[in-house]
Amino acid sequence: MVEASKRLSSKAPRGPIAERWDKHRFNMKLVNPSNKRRFHVLVVGSGLAGASAAASLAELGYKITCFCIQDSPRRAHSIAAQGGINAAKNYPNDGDSVYRLFYDTVKGGDFRARESNVYRLAQISNSIIDQCAAQGVPFAREYGGALSNRSFGGAQVSRTFYARGQTGQQLLLGAYSSLMRQVGLGKVSMFPRREMLDVVVVDGVARGIVCRNLTTGAYERYAGDAVLLCTGGYGNVFYLSTNAKACNVTASWRAHKRGAFFANPCFTQIHPTCIPVSGSHQSKLTLMSESLRNDGRVWVPKRAEDGRAARDIPEEERDYYLERRYPSFGNLVPRDVASRAAKERCDAGYGVGSTGLAVYLDFRDAIRRDGQDLIRQKYGNLFQMYEKITAEDPYSAPMRIFPAVHYTMGGLWVDYNLESTLPGLFVLGEANFSDHGANRLGASALMQGLADGYFVAPYTIAGHFTGRPLPAVSADAAEFLASESEVRGRTEKILGVGGRRTVDSFHRELGGIMWHLCGMARSADGLNRAREQVQTLRAEFWENVTISGSGASLNQDLEHAGRVADFLEFAELMIDDAAHRCESCGGHFREEHQTEDGEARRNDDKFSYAAAWEYRGVGSAAKLHKEALEFEYVKPSQRSYK
Amino acid sequence: MSGDPTSSMGFTLKIWRQSAPDAKGTMETYHVADVSPDMSFLEMLDVLNESLIGEGREPVAFDHDCREGICGACSLVIDGQAHGPETETTVCQLHMRHYSDGATIHIEPFRANAFPVLKDLVIDRSAFDRIIAEGGFISTHTGSAPDANAITVAKDLAERAMDAAACIGCGACVAACPNSAAMLFVGAKVSHLALLPQGQAERNRRGLAMVARMDQEGFGNCTNHFECMAACPKGISVENIARLNRELLRGALAPRRV
Repeated sequence: MVEASKRLSSKAPRGPIAERWDKHRFNMKLVNPSNKRRFHVLVVGSGLAGASAAASLAELGYKITCFCIQDSPRRAHSIAAQGGINAAKNYPNDGDSVYRLFYDTVKGGDFRARESNVYRLAQISNSIIDQCAAQGVPFAREYGGALSNRSFGGAQVSRTFYARGQTGQQLLLGAYSSLMRQVGLGKVSMFPRREMLDVVVVDGVARGIVCRNLTTGAYERYAGDAVLLCTGGYGNVFYLSTNAKACNVTASWRAHKRGAFFANPCFTQIHPTCIPVSGSHQSKLTLMSESLRNDGRVWVPKRAEDGRAARDIPEEERDYYLERRYPSFGNLVPRDVASRAAKERCDAGYGVGSTGLAVYLDFRDAIRRDGQDLIRQKYGNLFQMYEKITAEDPYSAPMRIFPAVHYTMGGLWVDYNLESTLPGLFVLGEANFSDHGANRLGASALMQGLADGYFVAPYTIAGHFTGRPLPAVSADAAEFLASESEVRGRTEKILGVGGRRTVDSFHRELGGIMWHLCGMARSADGLNRAREQVQTLRAEFWENVTISGSGASLNQDLEHAGRVADFLEFAELMIDDAAHRCESCGGHFREEHQTEDGEARRNDDKFSYAAAWEYRGVGSAAKLHKEALEFEYVKPSQRSYK
Repeated sequence: MSGDPTSSMGFTLKIWRQSAPDAKGTMETYHVADVSPDMSFLEMLDVLNESLIGEGREPVAFDHDCREGICGACSLVIDGQAHGPETETTVCQLHMRHYSDGATIHIEPFRANAFPVLKDLVIDRSAFDRIIAEGGFISTHTGSAPDANAITVAKDLAERAMDAAACIGCGACVAACPNSAAMLFVGAKVSHLALLPQGQAERNRRGLAMVARMDQEGFGNCTNHFECMAACPKGISVENIARLNRELLRGALAPRRV
């Protein structure tokens, strides 16, 4: 049995699971409509979670200030999501339900998520689709005008709504349009090109932030009554990932240093279908939507280091290894399983392409069956993107794909109200740890970001306003001045190192360490080496980094340096988390803990908990707190896709 | 086809450098070597910046983020063309295999009065956000929506709305237009919403409000050069400008509600 930490109260209600969210909302005090304007909420980030929260809270009457790192809130990285968004509408009449979406999500997360949260997410999923359709999101339609659904990521029902291969873009533009409407109405003040560098804590409550104006270099202090962090995931700790270049851990990490526990940082998702690395110059990786696995067949040659072109390899000399290993799910096994299987084949010498780090995703049979036109209709934009990047035509030769870091399930620990262990600090979307457990299912990230922003935080934040005394604070208070001076000092320290090595080279080296030793497969020995290497690299960074220009104007090199400095601290926590979890579950695969056929082996007796880490200083081991996970409805079982 | 990935190319770059919004800018010349044909244009600039930092010089500032052609952050004029020579391609998706070894390449920011330069190749496009804030939305309060299938949308309308909604807000249309008009940007948003049944309630005021703001921000108007469509990385059609003009007329003739 897991001994639960007294510091973590999930606040998840008891009783029948289908009634919990209703009951919780009923028990929560409401803020009088005329009082709402007195509460000022600082929303950091303008992706799906941030934009939807800022817009919805402003509609309720709260005073909102919203910040984003990009030049416009419309460019948050949610925009790059391709495939779709899940909801339990059961429009196709194929047997879906809230309960089934809940069940699939808990199971897909390999039994490391909180049941109450997941059930609520499934319940809310339907309202999200209604909301987005009303905003004018141009979802795919059937000829009769009804919404179209597809099956995604191996789901046995068609519950995914989509807008071509640009679902994230369209959902984000929907949330952004609602946000900009509130900006136009004067209910939201929007500050783009701002990077949050600290959360300011007054009397134990998060009451403001300090950020750097990326255009002028000035430090700015903002006071409020609550802070919402909607700042995304930390996949760029690996340097190469499908994340946008500006994605970083800084906001979460600075909040962590101020008292927010960081949960399950080792739970990272490696997406199986990305365009392989082509050379050492590569600055980021590009995802090819998972929907491709609905029609594409994954294979490698049966002969190791077979140098022939794909088309010259006859059928009987091809190893369709997913179909071979998992006859019932075949090419549609969950992401973690598909990624590991690709790595296994490549490690064994069967990889293809110039680097040997790729497998084929082949549409030959689908084109023979359905014709090129239908395949073009379904995946045209993806095929075009592939051709643009690789200069190869996927209609005539198979695509080459390889897994890449895509999403981070870990994040700041939050209770059922999405409040972190730092009172008044709420964390939404990918930045929190909730809902996906150890592995996220396809088309569930958009669902969670929008659920948190449209339909959870706008209710649960009221408990904070009605439940705590919140005396007026000024952004000139001592706590704010102290925070600014600390943040300023850190920037000046980086500028003052005056070394010889570029920020990017540190970031690349860190990424290499994390990818090889804390990526798709991890071992105690490898993690120990990773920890030493990260510590050495971090020490070198503070002695040898070089930054051009000054802090007094737009300086992208300096921005990057601050983020890499935080990644260098955060990476160690990720390694510690991976090392302490002596089991394999979801995206976390420990080589010592696998079944005879190489599948993940969980240890529910010892590890059925969320690991929430308390900060105790750079280089000092963080303190572990455990939130025991109870499964009353979905009984943990070995996932099997055979 | 792909060039030999091991081969290495070199270029002479003439790049706009401007230290601050009110500073005078100049074109500066740089040489970059060890460029692989598989690099994207931005990765080629990364190589240049790494070497500049190594020499203790300030790197070239440019906006970029997703590097997969969807966020709309990258915004370079390359040899006089917004987003460079490839059709329907953002700079981040432009690869060096399209250039000959030894070429001289001119790189400037998107230029328009409404897009002031902040530094080097970085511009301020917040005018676009202010235009959207005037009417680029459907006023719906979170929680008030009917069941999504209660509103049916004919498939062809949904497809055309999606064509218009694909705009990434990069501003290439403005940079390419001799008048610095934002009519394609505004037309795309107005079309997306006017085509859908959900957008009807606010249809008469939307275009007028957005165009009024467009004028106020200092964008020019359309005189049918169609350069915007040629530069658009998402292939947004000038049909959307025609539709915008019809929407403006419709709005102007609509009876005023009290």
